[in-house]
Amino acid sequence: MAPPRKRRPGFSRKAQLQIFTGYLLAFTGAFAGLLLLALSYFDPTAFSAVRSMTAEVTAPPARLFTGMRVGAQDGWREVAAYFEAGSKNAALQREAERNRIRLIEARALKQENRELRRLLGLIKQVGRPVATARLINSTASSSRRYATLDVGSRQGVQRGQPVRAQRGLIGRVLETGPNTSRVLLLSDAENVVPVRRARDGIVAFSQGRGDGRVDLKLIDIGVNPFKVGDVMVTSGNGGIYPPNVPVAIIEKLTTDGAIGKLLANPAGTDFVIVQEMYEPELADPEASGLPPANSAPAAPLSAPRKPARAGTDAAPAAASTAPSPAPAETAAPAPGEPPQ
Amino acid sequence: MNAPYRARLNREPSAFRKAAVPIASVLAGSLTPLLPIVASAPVLPPFGLVILICWQILRPGLWPVWAGVPFGMIDDIISGQPVGSAVLLWSIILIALDLIEQRYIWRNYWQDWFIAAACLIFALAGGLAINNFLVSDTRLSVLYPQMILAIFTYPLVLRLVARLDHIRLKR
Repeated sequence: MAPPRKRRPGFSRKAQLQIFTGYLLAFTGAFAGLLLLALSYFDPTAFSAVRSMTAEVTAPPARLFTGMRVGAQDGWREVAAYFEAGSKNAALQREAERNRIRLIEARALKQENRELRRLLGLIKQVGRPVATARLINSTASSSRRYATLDVGSRQGVQRGQPVRAQRGLIGRVLETGPNTSRVLLLSDAENVVPVRRARDGIVAFSQGRGDGRVDLKLIDIGVNPFKVGDVMVTSGNGGIYPPNVPVAIIEKLTTDGAIGKLLANPAGTDFVIVQEMYEPELADPEASGLPPANSAPAAPLSAPRKPARAGTDAAPAAASTAPSPAPAETAAPAPGEPPQ
Repeated sequence: MNAPYRARLNREPSAFRKAAVPIASVLAGSLTPLLPIVASAPVLPPFGLVILICWQILRPGLWPVWAGVPFGMIDDIISGQPVGSAVLLWSIILIALDLIEQRYIWRNYWQDWFIAAACLIFALAGGLAINNFLVSDTRLSVLYPQMILAIFTYPLVLRLVARLDHIRLKR
């Protein structure tokens, strides 16, 4: 193949300058990219307006496509259900029998749980559903894991609200537009969720690995108590996520924890539920002598900033497990200490 | 001259089509994250970049070297990467492709594929590195499926782009 074009376009000064300017602009552009990255670093919400506007504009076709996708999936499931219908029916009937007994047991346990909670003076606030919606698309080509939800602030969705599917937790709302919002999925490396083992309440953190699985990190370092097949649920510590929502099932053990597979696969869920932010509160904070929370937990970059009053909800949860003498110190400093 | 023959002689492809087809194709590639795929791992190849590389390899000098800036900006807004990452990476890739074009003029298909593969790996790993620098760490192994998919998407996209080139230069 012959050289497609000459590098040096004759003696024309103008043409030579054009090439030079092209290079200059390209390098300037690369540098501008660096500056934009610095801006994204220092202010992660800098471009959220542009992003949500794009999401708004592209939402209607995405909704249509999602509807078609779900329709196709459902149709295929219907067809597949005709095969093995007889044996499946029998198996399901057996399972229904077993579940009926378990359901009765569970009801009794629920009642008992309620009684015990009342004794402890805890008010259980289960996140009220805000909206039911579909995930219409996701950042499938980026290493960050965001998804777009087809409801927004007009439907009452706010930043920081947890998003769950029937089978388990999906993530939390990061940015909202009028009719769409951006969800940080559980498998994103930035999404840290306090969890506990469903069986006995061993506390851990779940952090996304970026590939649809999560790292489960033990808080209490020691002998690894995890077993393959353990189910982790949210603990409700620190607010945002309501307790007892299934998160992951342990797939593989590591030296300091485990790797878990997410229970709610965002790709396989039809509808998701946006819930109100969970705010664990004691029945009477003054009476129990708990410290007033004045410090919100350190949030990672670009994590949703909580509304002003939410700063007071996170600390009681931590404090309820280990009441600290902090308020006494802040209220009355030690005599020798200089006032700050 | 007779009117029927007049239309067939001395024809030029439409200037609008000549300019718009490549731009529209790259933008369409950048829009692929809007497809209703809710993936829990990065799987979709960066189609915008693949199409850009294909045009640049098929028709060197079609765009000025700085074309990576506007295309990258649009891709960043849609792809979910921090804004600026594609601006930076695509600019670097276009500059590199331009230098390669100057230095290694006679290349065959496999060499082109190799260059495209290197560019794609650089872009994906660079995007991950930027994310890791900005927020948190994800392992590179997460990207292997996407890289392999992207590299094997290249020949198909090159075909598509060649077809688009025919449409673009149709008289």
